Amino acid sequence: MERSYVLKMDNISKEYSGNRVLKGVSLQVRPGEIHALMGENGAGKSTLMNILFGMPVIHSTGGFEGSIEIGGQPVKIDTPVKAMELGIGMVHQEFMLIPGFTVTENIKIGRELSHPNLLSRLVGRSMETLDLAAMKKDAKAALDTIGLKLSPNAKVGGLPVGYMQFVEIAREIDKTGIKLLVFDEPTAVLTESEAARLLETMKVISSQGIAIIFITHRLDEVMAVADSLTVLRDGEFVARREIAETSVVEIAELMIGRKVEKLVEDQGTDNRTLSDDNIAVSLRDYRVNMPGELVKGIDLDIRKGEIFGIGGLAGQGKLGIPNGIMGLYAAAGEVRVNGQLLDLNRLGEALRHKVAFVSEDRRGVGLLLEESIEKNIVFSAMQVNNDFFHKYGWIRLHDGNATRRHAEEMVKKLDIRCTGIRQTAGRLSGGNQQKVCLARALTLNPEILFVSEPTRGIDIGAKKLVLEYLVKLNREQGMTVIVVSSELVELRSVCDRIAIVSDGRLASILKPDDSDADFGLAMSGGLKKGGGQRAG
Amino acid sequence: MNKRKILDRLFEQKVVILFVVLCVLTIVASKQPLTFVANELFTRIARNSFLVLALIIPVLAGMGLNFGIVIGAMAAQIAVFLTTHWGFVGIGGFLLTALLATPMAVFFGFLVGKLFNKAKGSEMICGLVLGYFAEGLYQLLFLFIFGGVIPIDNPTLMIATGVGVKNTIDLKDTIKYSLDTVPMLTILEIGFYLVVAAIVLSVVIKLAKKQPVHWKKTGIALILAVAIYALTYIPAVESFLAADRLLLLWAVELWVALVLLWQAGRFLVLKVIRKEELDLKRLAAICVAAVLVYALTYVPAIYEVLIYVRLPVMTYVCIAGLCLLNTALMRTRLGQNMRTVGQNRVVANAAGINVDRTRIIAMIFSTVLASWGQLIFLQNVGTFSTYGAHTQVGQFAIAALLVGGASVQKATNKQAILGVVLFHTLFIVAPLAGKELFGNAMIGEYFRVFVSYGVIALALAMHAWKKVSGVGPSTDFAPASASALAGGTSAPASGGGKAG
Repeated sequence: MERSYVLKMDNISKEYSGNRVLKGVSLQVRPGEIHALMGENGAGKSTLMNILFGMPVIHSTGGFEGSIEIGGQPVKIDTPVKAMELGIGMVHQEFMLIPGFTVTENIKIGRELSHPNLLSRLVGRSMETLDLAAMKKDAKAALDTIGLKLSPNAKVGGLPVGYMQFVEIAREIDKTGIKLLVFDEPTAVLTESEAARLLETMKVISSQGIAIIFITHRLDEVMAVADSLTVLRDGEFVARREIAETSVVEIAELMIGRKVEKLVEDQGTDNRTLSDDNIAVSLRDYRVNMPGELVKGIDLDIRKGEIFGIGGLAGQGKLGIPNGIMGLYAAAGEVRVNGQLLDLNRLGEALRHKVAFVSEDRRGVGLLLEESIEKNIVFSAMQVNNDFFHKYGWIRLHDGNATRRHAEEMVKKLDIRCTGIRQTAGRLSGGNQQKVCLARALTLNPEILFVSEPTRGIDIGAKKLVLEYLVKLNREQGMTVIVVSSELVELRSVCDRIAIVSDGRLASILKPDDSDADFGLAMSGGLKKGGGQRAG
Repeated sequence: MNKRKILDRLFEQKVVILFVVLCVLTIVASKQPLTFVANELFTRIARNSFLVLALIIPVLAGMGLNFGIVIGAMAAQIAVFLTTHWGFVGIGGFLLTALLATPMAVFFGFLVGKLFNKAKGSEMICGLVLGYFAEGLYQLLFLFIFGGVIPIDNPTLMIATGVGVKNTIDLKDTIKYSLDTVPMLTILEIGFYLVVAAIVLSVVIKLAKKQPVHWKKTGIALILAVAIYALTYIPAVESFLAADRLLLLWAVELWVALVLLWQAGRFLVLKVIRKEELDLKRLAAICVAAVLVYALTYVPAIYEVLIYVRLPVMTYVCIAGLCLLNTALMRTRLGQNMRTVGQNRVVANAAGINVDRTRIIAMIFSTVLASWGQLIFLQNVGTFSTYGAHTQVGQFAIAALLVGGASVQKATNKQAILGVVLFHTLFIVAPLAGKELFGNAMIGEYFRVFVSYGVIALALAMHAWKKVSGVGPSTDFAPASASALAGGTSAPASGGGKAG
């Protein structure tokens, strides 16, 4: 080997209870370079970093295969402390800061400077008095290194979000012997100008000989600062490239990859007529305040009778769209269903307009886990449409027979594997739970069906059945189906059109047979066309 | 804006303000002379402050209000029983009891800490129930094991059958007032010996470890200590110090003099000699306040109280010492770790702090301090109700701390002392006010119990409510622009917290 690497991870594999999440991945980082680590959600980036940091989650699940070398020496990293000693630092995505502490205290957390006193000489180091003056001096030096003018006495709780990131960086810089710094999607929470400053800071740090692993989805940032990159996909190593020898389009292609497999059999002839005059759902300047999935102003028209996909990376806002329409999170803007304006402040408004929703949060929002399958299937319809009731004057009593008949029919139709309709929903497998959620949504007799992450956590057989059933509903009953999913493959195999959401806004609307590069660019925020206007 | 700020401050202190108003009203209603109330109050401050101060460390370590101090109290009571049985008396008996209680409290604190580590997030309810559970073991020990398993031949302490301990133990001839009556002269002597021992020990350790010794500094410290000690040989000073109680008036005058001296010394050393920056306004304000306090002693009503109340010096020294310990501990590496753990366990763990160990140490501290606190309480009360003395220790101490304005996550020495003052004022005068107003002391008594539990419930509910409103999705969401949205996640949440 001619070149020396500060970090060399070779042929790393990891299995979580039989599920291989990393398959022979390699990663090499040279001293003082910025190395971008790229991949979709679930590509294995976090697992790889967890291995690098010796996180307990790795070692409590049977460890990993492969070897790690730091500065040419083979090492065994089994605890985060060990990683710290080897000079590996991490700037976290969600801040590991304590709001009630000052900047100095946060920078020196767990590594306080202290001087001995009588008691500490007798009892041990833990009773040493803190040397606040020296700590402040160190903190100031670290802040100066990254060019942040900030009082070391300021409370972190009152700082703007952008500054907190810098405090985290200052903390890592302050550690002596730091060789490698991992930035986990650092720009995700920053404004544009803050992100630009952060990238500048990264360059300053790397120019001092500290290598940086830069995890991000944003291609423009990678092109701006990185020296080289590694792309992972589905736990597999795809490629390592020097930035100078590659292009945005190539990276995008590498990230998405050719993996279009036929998930759904053809469902006979397609005799639908879709027209731009017949709009089922129309959104104008639509915003949703869903923590972690903010929607920041989207204009979108979904035609009646089509299967519409909404894709994008996690945290970019795609999940916020259906949750806002259903009233689960505060939303604003104009939402029209079949031309009628929805009052977004009234919970249940969407249900009354014959819009049904299968939530991505099955166990939290989707199911009454302690209740039976039949109750789960009918309770929304009882609540919204007053179905399944005997009516005696103003008294309504639950109609057990009708419920049972309907539930049994649904169990048969959707092939829900259970011991009977009285089984509690919490005892079912993920796939069968998803089918129960679907059955409940269908019991509402909706015209428009939102399905969020329909195949999350379910096995391939159930996946296929759920998707096929969605297509069948669409073809036979003319139901408008909107699928929100992180799995591009499944969107591309069932949808007529796919909207890609990036940073809370519409990046573009693509056809399923558009090229991988187009999808990759749209998801990484490198491409803005077709309705992706900036609001505000 | 400024007015708004002041109102916000007042709103933060709403619990304290409410209780100040309540105290004033009940004192007026009780028609008791201030001298009586003040005398009772200072006795109760001496009795209870230590126990309340013992609660602070676990709060800072994020373990909430430690209902487990009941177990520390039990350790103290076991020790008291044993030393009473063996017949140790006076301050020697008291110290031996403390010495005996400490290892027990350390062990119990360790166990409680272990348990709390398994119940992170619900330490308070866990501690409360643990108190009831320990009560069972305590009764087993006192009702059956003492006499039943361990033969104890002591007819004054044991029930006539010889198995089980009597309902009340009289401490009058053993450790009653043993701490309260230590003369000031003795305190100064002990202090002198301790300082000399510390200086010598520190030099010896430094020499043994071959570290440099600052001979000049050490010499000055020694000379100072000797000089202060020598002062006590002046007959006038000696006769003043020979007493064990200090008139409140003299205490106030001494305090004012000390504050003025301290500020003058600071001014001299920092400003004149080292020429450092000094907040002169603040310094002046403190001096003016001290003089004002002194002026107040000439108001006849206050003067009357001041020459009536006598403070047990040693007990107050212990309380002051504990306040200092709480502050000093937080300035050590261990204290900083405790605070970090208290603020955020995940961050603490990531920073390489052993979270579980730190929490156990905090618990041991609290339990040991609680056991000493219970000892101080018992020596002052003078009778020891074997099966009842500990039952309400937790509730009353916690209620006092909360009344002082502390919360589940934040507590200071000041809040503890203020809380003791307010809570026990109410305790003293509420039954009397009830008698005056309704002709029935039981109504006041009822009010007193109602208040102590009510305060705990209110504080816990407010704590839970604050937590919920900080997390839940806000409903008054109206985004104006994209940037408002990006920054909006925290703003609506804090707004929601204030709105209610």
